[in-house]
Amino acid sequence: MTEDRAATRGDDAMRALAATMDAPEFTSTSFNKLGKPLSECRVAIVTSASLHRPDQDRFTQGDTGFRAFDRNDRNLIMGHWSPNFDHSGFHLDLNVVYPIDRLEELAADGVIGEVAPRHFAFAGNQPDTVSEIRLDTGPQCAAQLNADAVDVVLLTPV
Amino acid sequence: MSTLAHVFEDVGIATIVLASMADVAKKVGPPRVLACEFPLGRPLGKPGDAAFQHQVLRQAFNLLEADNPIFEHFPEVVESDEMPMACPLPPRDDPNAPPAVDEARGLISAYRRAVERKGVTAVGRAIEPEQIPAALDALHQWAQGAAWKDVELPGKNTVAVCHDIRSYYLEAALELVGDLAPGSRSFDAWFYEVTEAGKTILEARRSLKTQEAPFPFWFYMVAGHLE
Repeated sequence: MTEDRAATRGDDAMRALAATMDAPEFTSTSFNKLGKPLSECRVAIVTSASLHRPDQDRFTQGDTGFRAFDRNDRNLIMGHWSPNFDHSGFHLDLNVVYPIDRLEELAADGVIGEVAPRHFAFAGNQPDTVSEIRLDTGPQCAAQLNADAVDVVLLTPV
Repeated sequence: MSTLAHVFEDVGIATIVLASMADVAKKVGPPRVLACEFPLGRPLGKPGDAAFQHQVLRQAFNLLEADNPIFEHFPEVVESDEMPMACPLPPRDDPNAPPAVDEARGLISAYRRAVERKGVTAVGRAIEPEQIPAALDALHQWAQGAAWKDVELPGKNTVAVCHDIRSYYLEAALELVGDLAPGSRSFDAWFYEVTEAGKTILEARRSLKTQEAPFPFWFYMVAGHLE
């Protein structure tokens, strides 16, 4: 029955489409080996789910910026403009997109050293070249992560 | 996401990408990737399942032990659930109103309870919750063949208005079904196949396409694979 209904196979369609799209190319890959155990590292999450607090500016269509929020913020809105993926999971449990409670548990268990004080969100739907993120807002976010002495970033997409 | 990994590694930060689209991550080539074949929009796989989320994170953090760039697949696939969620809809109240308008009015109590409980709402990108029925009325007129330039849509931006309508229905529906959490595409299937609002949006979009309204005006109202 599933195959016959018009509203099905959305994930397959999106994955097939994405595989045909141009992607930014990097001539080299930077690679930082951790200089200390994970149990001493400060970890931040950066997501492309366009998350923001109600008091922050909403993401606009084609927004190349980012929003920062505190590790204690849970009243987050998923401001992503794409209708092409499931939003219900985030409504049920924000950790399925932004696993902040899981990070806190890993810190409490000593698996990671510390949860970073701030975490960040970009919009996943970007122009193919992503040049603003590469050259402008990405480096700005990197500077803020460095200012927070973050060792490891976990990137989560939607 | 993979692009940001390159940017962050350039300033000395170690990164791990959870990739929901393995092919894209391969092309962009960040140094540590855990490719997860989970429903899009659920990069940790399963809402409300802390143990499963920890499994994903454990494998992700283990990538930090590699001495060179590394690309792994998470072994378990989580399939989409494409069956419409089972959610009651309000009975017809005003037989003179278009069905979608009547339906949306009937969901306002559930929507308000949801906002009260959660403290936040995704509605409000273009219109307020109280404008949802009026927006559906305009969409209904388009669906009936009215010229797109002759009917003003509250909130104007079709993509943002449709987002607000979908979010209104999602938040109300999750309130109505309680603990019966929907699978990843269950809400979409229910919204477009069962609700009058979803059917009206699809019909309005077809009408705008037939009228040769500008492509961005109608295409992104719903997921790209929908007709």
